[in-house]
Amino acid sequence: MATVFKKPHALTDKPLHYCPGCTHGIVHRLVAEVLDEMGIEGETIGVAPVGCSVFAYDYFNCDVIQAPHGRAPAVATGVKRARPDRFVFTYQGDGDLAAIGTNETVHVGTRGENITVIFINNAIYGMTGGQMAPTTLPGQVTQTSPYGRNVATQGYPIRVCEMLATLDGVAYAERVAIDGVPGIMNAKKAIRKAFETQKAGKGLSFVEVLSTCPTNWGMTPKDAIKWLKENMESYYPLGCYKDKE
Amino acid sequence: MNNTTHTFLLAGFGGQGILFLGKAIAVAGLLEDKELSWLPSYGPEMRGGTCNCSVTVSDEEIGSPQVLTPSCLVVMNQPSFDKFDKATVAGGYTFIDSSLVSSKSERTDISVFYIPATSLANENGLKGLANIVMLGKICKEYPFLPKETVLKALEKNNKKNLPEITERNNRAFDIGYNYAE
Amino acid sequence: MAEKVLMKGNEAIAEAAIRAGCRHFFGYPITPQTEVSAYMAKKMPKIGGVFLQAESEIAAANMVLGAASAGVRTMTSSSSPGISLKQEAISYIIGSDLPCVILNIQRGGPGLGGIQPSQADYFQATRSPDHGDAHMLVFAPASVQEMVTLVTDAFDLADKYRMPAMILGDGALGQMMEPVVFEDKEITPPEKPWATNGHENKRAHNIVNSLYIQPDELERIVKERFEKYEEIKKNETRVENFMTDDADVIVVAYGIAARVAKSAVRNARAAGIKAGLIRPITLWPFPAEAIKEKADKVKAFLTVELSMGQMVEDVKLAAEFKAPVEFFGRTGGMVPTTDEVFNEIVRLNGGNK
Repeated sequence: MATVFKKPHALTDKPLHYCPGCTHGIVHRLVAEVLDEMGIEGETIGVAPVGCSVFAYDYFNCDVIQAPHGRAPAVATGVKRARPDRFVFTYQGDGDLAAIGTNETVHVGTRGENITVIFINNAIYGMTGGQMAPTTLPGQVTQTSPYGRNVATQGYPIRVCEMLATLDGVAYAERVAIDGVPGIMNAKKAIRKAFETQKAGKGLSFVEVLSTCPTNWGMTPKDAIKWLKENMESYYPLGCYKDKE
Repeated sequence: MNNTTHTFLLAGFGGQGILFLGKAIAVAGLLEDKELSWLPSYGPEMRGGTCNCSVTVSDEEIGSPQVLTPSCLVVMNQPSFDKFDKATVAGGYTFIDSSLVSSKSERTDISVFYIPATSLANENGLKGLANIVMLGKICKEYPFLPKETVLKALEKNNKKNLPEITERNNRAFDIGYNYAE
Repeated sequence: MAEKVLMKGNEAIAEAAIRAGCRHFFGYPITPQTEVSAYMAKKMPKIGGVFLQAESEIAAANMVLGAASAGVRTMTSSSSPGISLKQEAISYIIGSDLPCVILNIQRGGPGLGGIQPSQADYFQATRSPDHGDAHMLVFAPASVQEMVTLVTDAFDLADKYRMPAMILGDGALGQMMEPVVFEDKEITPPEKPWATNGHENKRAHNIVNSLYIQPDELERIVKERFEKYEEIKKNETRVENFMTDDADVIVVAYGIAARVAKSAVRNARAAGIKAGLIRPITLWPFPAEAIKEKADKVKAFLTVELSMGQMVEDVKLAAEFKAPVEFFGRTGGMVPTTDEVFNEIVRLNGGNK
């Protein structure tokens, strides 16, 4: 009997805790497929953040460290400097990476740390129940922007890819979106490219993945994908922002 | 004063080589296998402000490394004189760079020496070595360790072992050692 | 016999750490400990080690977390305000059972405080290294030579018990020079089968983690850690007794304060007073037994600290109200003088010299 579909080896058998329709599961799978395809699960150390993906250590079959909130890039730096022969990646949400961990994010970029950062941007804090994130769109309603994000008092969203692309140490930065099959295929390509960039020792590789949070957005998964396409992709244009030769 | 314990308080401006002077004394102690400690003042005052250094050379285990009442005080500027003149223990020694300090000590219970160390160094083409001139005079009047040991310590501090520096140090040392008021 | 050299405390610590097998140092400048970073920056590249100046104390401590997870001997250093920033990572390091060494060359606080020597971080080191139920090993050297010895021991015990070890020094110890001898010691760090360093498809994946969402599981893990703490209290407590056999007044002091106290004790003996000194070398575990043993034999204990009085609480607990426990301290960067401590000893002895 031919196997037509199976779980990547780099994912454990542990059932995911993510909400129905959440795109974390898809991105986990994409990362695991890349580890499988490159045959590097045994040489890879992942760093999990604080946020919805805090339990990533239970889902990835490679060695994983759970880092303090926002500090995954610093923890990953420690690992990489101790074991430069290993692949090291962080998996972080928008609150973790672009609010509390902005300093660590910028400096891992400017140092050109040879690691891969997978950045899940869903414009909201998921784990704590739907508060405003640094990437929440102007006018977007969240628990802590109940009248819509008011840029006069709550400031503007951060475009992380664009910001990081200005840093000399960043080798590769691309924004993709889990907004349909082509989007998923494209995200997989970017994640693969990020790990290849690390393999080539070029510096920081960064993939921003626009994702949905149906639960906290208060939408069906289908409407959430539609909302992502219509609202997020105009504010956060998809594409490659940096690709060092 | 315990005669097996020598406590130095060295004070002046940053840049006069106060810490180096202290280190030369400390290394001399090391060469004689003495117990010793060297404690600098540190922080913003090091950048051109006042600077001081505590050194203890002893035959016994050293308690506090901070020297508040030295058996030997060296002052190389006016603010240091004003601050520390009263600190020297009775029976102790105070050495003053008289080219930079105009005051005279009113102490009668200590031995006070006035050496125009900065002028002497400058006149002899040894700019920046007033600290070593002072060291020469200290060794003459307050022989805490043999002169030879102190000269050897100076040589040891000359890390790159440049003969030219050793020669200049020795010359500065001798000027102080032979200086008569 | 190894050569005796003259070295600054901060530089001696750095050299000792390298000799103890530390090849991964993550720092951030702050007075009065910056020489540690400077020394590491100079030495590490020459021996194939890593010195990295982080973007913050927070990041430096988290880099230590990462390097420790990967199984190497690693260290960071700072001074009081910087240690406060490192506390977040220290908590995760404790909660993840990771070994590392953290150096605190204390300065006056709170806030930005000052830059002169202090011992006002005693509570932070021994009581609340972080949030949650937790301890770390805390060593209190009193000389440059002892810093060297304790740095090696700190790495060994951190590895042995899988927990962080702190060297709690102060500005004076960091800045002063004293003669020091480095003994050649064979370094054999234990195997670390728990390390997240890549499983090479030879074992199940390792996880370094401090999150236990089920309360009963977290309780079990914390309790296991506290059983380990009891073992450490039994095996690793260190203390120096100086002239305490017949002492009427015993001074309890650590680090730089203990050196001042020792001079005062000597002067008191010379004046005919039976004074002694108990010097804790480990602050956690605290040498409570050494104090308890003397509590019904002395007129009084005198705790001397460069703070408003922190260790004095541990001395009181250890003395179990069998003897009065008094305190003398200076704070803000001031160092007690030998005479000040001597006068307190005289007072507690009943005023007779």
